[in-house]
Amino acid sequence: MGTVRRLCTLRRWAAAAVALACFGPFGCAPAGGGATGPGGATARGGEADGPGGGQEVLIKNIGSDTLVNLALAWAEAYMASHPRVRISVTGGGSGTGIAALLNRTIPLANASRAMSPEEIAEARAAGFQPVQHTVALDAIAVVVNPSNPVDRLTLRQLADIYTGRIRRWSGVGGQDRPIVLLSRESNSGTYVYFIERVIRLGQKGNQDLPSPETLLMPSSEGISNEVRQNPNAIGYDGLGYVTADQKVLAVSAGEGGPYVRPEAATVLDGSYPIARPLYMYTAGAPQGAVADYLSWILGPGQGLIQGLGFVPLVRSGE
Amino acid sequence: VKPAPGKGAPSGRTVARASVRPSGRPRWSEFGIEALIRVLGFSTVGFVLLIFGFLLREGLPVFFELPAGALLGRFWYPTFGSFGALPLILGSALVTLLAVLIALPLGVTAAVFVREVAPRWAREVLKPLIEVLAGIPSVVLGFFGMTVVAPLVRQWLGAPTGLTAFTGALVLAYMSLPTIISVADDALDAVPRSYRDAGLAMGATRWQTTWRVVVPAGRSGVIIAAMLGMGRAIGETMAVMMVTGNAARLPLDAAALFKPVRTMTATIAAEMGEVARGGVHYHALFGIGILLFVLTFLINLAAARAIFRRRRKGGLR
Repeated sequence: MGTVRRLCTLRRWAAAAVALACFGPFGCAPAGGGATGPGGATARGGEADGPGGGQEVLIKNIGSDTLVNLALAWAEAYMASHPRVRISVTGGGSGTGIAALLNRTIPLANASRAMSPEEIAEARAAGFQPVQHTVALDAIAVVVNPSNPVDRLTLRQLADIYTGRIRRWSGVGGQDRPIVLLSRESNSGTYVYFIERVIRLGQKGNQDLPSPETLLMPSSEGISNEVRQNPNAIGYDGLGYVTADQKVLAVSAGEGGPYVRPEAATVLDGSYPIARPLYMYTAGAPQGAVADYLSWILGPGQGLIQGLGFVPLVRSGE
Repeated sequence: VKPAPGKGAPSGRTVARASVRPSGRPRWSEFGIEALIRVLGFSTVGFVLLIFGFLLREGLPVFFELPAGALLGRFWYPTFGSFGALPLILGSALVTLLAVLIALPLGVTAAVFVREVAPRWAREVLKPLIEVLAGIPSVVLGFFGMTVVAPLVRQWLGAPTGLTAFTGALVLAYMSLPTIISVADDALDAVPRSYRDAGLAMGATRWQTTWRVVVPAGRSGVIIAAMLGMGRAIGETMAVMMVTGNAARLPLDAAALFKPVRTMTATIAAEMGEVARGGVHYHALFGIGILLFVLTFLINLAAARAIFRRRRKGGLR
């Protein structure tokens, strides 16, 4: 059942990806619009001579591991159409990217969370105002082993599970098995967002923390590997990293509310409760090659997003 | 007029000539080479001191930034300002000790087999194979542990998850085996042949000679093997991070062996990439580094003492 549904979902995404490539906010040239990869690239190839004027430009782009695959796809497609621009993309976590931006070692940082007030203060102390650009949307999927009969949870149930108040699957209508909690490492933006949105239910004064029994996995692969083989496990990760051999749960924001599965449509219309924007940060307003790159990302670049499991912005801008 | 020995090969010749000169007066180039070697030799000590100095500089501030005893707290939530490293220290201790407990009997018996029992041809095949074992990258073993060992541990022991302290200890034991085998093998090699002859001449069987005479005579070597194996195990990072589950829980309950743990090394590796330079979290990770450094230093010191004692007593204890 689950597999069939997933396949349908994937097919719907593929169709949507092709469709979306055509009505991206800036609108692709009709010739290149249909293809998300090299097709779109050649259509814009003529622009490459514009800003660089013969000189090669290197854009270093560091940050969020959630964003790294998407950023790489963007960089590759953009470099194919703009041969004078070279973009190097590195992961390491949102904090790493922001720290590099603060040190002025890179012009463009990827972050899956907003900059903290301290980081913004640090930027001001270094003499610039960081500018936030929303580049895509991300949904965090809650996953369990396919053999687990549980297929939906409320946010409160998730919070109770992750804080250790519910310790067995029977507490949420499942089998009488222990629950094994999986989480991303604490250096991941996904971890911080999950704690704020799910474990603390988005409440300001809530100081709940994940149970010390939570297994912190250093990679998405660690989570998917354990969920795949362990019927006791529950994990979460960016929708872009969920593989077909895990069962994605439907989540409801409140008791009795509608249970929603994370899909492009439900994230876009805001009905899936665990979704967030993904950002790129620049030091001050973007200029030159970086500005061109960002406007390309918010334009034709949006067509690449769905192929990687993220959700494109309907309208770009703020 | 200066002899001007030049560089490279000519200076080598100069040295050779100098050594046969009857007066025995060394030339300035010889002083230079000697000084260079001396500097290089001392520089290794210097590097260790520099590393320790760096560790202290980056790690000591944490002891002033946090209230006394906060580092020995029970909860490690660095993102939320809680830096209790006790679960990490105990986690490392548990995994390391268990690994040595598993690896030591296996390693010593393997060394006894290689040195005392195996025929010559088997020894010549086994020795290099053991060294190959030491060359397997830890990430490969970690991946193997994660995909093969962990599911087996979960299914056979009925634990909720296979990513446990025990799984980590199994992988670490495997990794420290080559160290333990080679050191124990050397220790057995150092036992004089006359001991074996004497044992056999007294009418003991080969088995009795091996277990009652040869192995006890090499006992201090076995202790060194355990120490070095422990040093190898406590510092291992990648494989441990992949198979122990990294849950910062206090491993004090009876079932702790079969539950996840988080080690000091895995914590540093997992979190160092993200921390803001100069923050409390950054200093806390270096503080853990200081602790690790001190621990491995003590372990190596104990091993060195055992080696020294063995030399003094001519391989006998």
